Amino acid sequence: MFATAIIVFREVLEAALIISIVMAASRGARHRGAWVWGGVVAGLLLSCLVALFAGNLAEALEGAGQELFNAAILLVAVVMLGWHNIWMQQHGREIAQEMSQVGREVVSGSRPLHALALVVGLAVLREGSELVLFLFGLASAEDGGASAMLFGGGLGLLLGASVGFILYFGLARIPMHYFFRVTGWMILFLAAGLASQAAAFLVQADWLPPVGRTVWDTSAILPEDGLLGQLLHALVGYVAQPDGIQLIFYAFTFLVIGGLMRGLGQASRVTPPPSR
Amino acid sequence: MTHNFRPVFVFALLSLLAAPLIAEESFTLTIKDHQYQPAELQVPAKQKFKLVVKNEDATPEEFESKPLKREKIVKGGSQIIMNLGPLEPGTYEFVGEFHEDTAKGTLIAR
Repeated sequence: MFATAIIVFREVLEAALIISIVMAASRGARHRGAWVWGGVVAGLLLSCLVALFAGNLAEALEGAGQELFNAAILLVAVVMLGWHNIWMQQHGREIAQEMSQVGREVVSGSRPLHALALVVGLAVLREGSELVLFLFGLASAEDGGASAMLFGGGLGLLLGASVGFILYFGLARIPMHYFFRVTGWMILFLAAGLASQAAAFLVQADWLPPVGRTVWDTSAILPEDGLLGQLLHALVGYVAQPDGIQLIFYAFTFLVIGGLMRGLGQASRVTPPPSR
Repeated sequence: MTHNFRPVFVFALLSLLAAPLIAEESFTLTIKDHQYQPAELQVPAKQKFKLVVKNEDATPEEFESKPLKREKIVKGGSQIIMNLGPLEPGTYEFVGEFHEDTAKGTLIAR
């Protein structure tokens, strides 16, 4: 049962952290709850569908279907996160001002919430389909499997969700003045990490060369399947034994999104804000 | 005269396309009763190969190997194919994430 809980926790953790960051980043936006949780539910439903067709997916494209599917999901998420960040760079300051003056919920509704909902949905989908397969296999195959699935699954889900809540409420304590700057940086690291994961999948599918296997190996000091390693993996894309191409994707994503944010941030600084 | 070369040219092209398919060896791991068979698999170092994992159990398993950077679900009663290598000579551990205490094994590249 505890083994089940740990497996479920591992699968849930990354999605839970992504959901908390997205919830934090969309702070103050109207109907953000509906968008984000809508993304979660849609991701779960799609997970079941993907789990149902997992066999076909694994055999598709000469056995590389699963890898290419994951890479595609990750890259779409990276683009959405980048878009959100660039948008926020232009509007974040007004939003923060408005929020600290008028109160919390009164904020222009044009924020790209659909992009964030998509990110959440994709995060849930990627981890969810594995979880669905695992839990249903457990429930159907072993004696007392159904109760193990319920207890272990429930416990793991609870643990994963609590880490997400801790992060969310920790972030919520950050003063409004710095708030969107912090969430912006977190999303930037998140996007770079997801891009490097996508690169790993493309290497596995044999679509990209690894450009040097295992550039460094820190698996003895900070193993990726330990709790800290997992947290860092989910938050900033830590990899214990990265391929060269993963580093290239990471740096590229970081520089492109960061560069666009900076460029647009400076452009918006040139036009002075209306003085009061 | 020139189009006499065409069949030769086509044949050369075809053999180029076929070359990687022929050159890549394939190795198979079987999961049964949540155990890998064989638990130690020898593979050639410094060349690409395919690894087939067959799951003969009814339950799904996840082939996971940090050193090989692979994590892949194998549904009950089905199989997956992975493109691996070229590997440096050495040992590469793998597990079945859903039954980690019994499903363990090592890939030995030499």
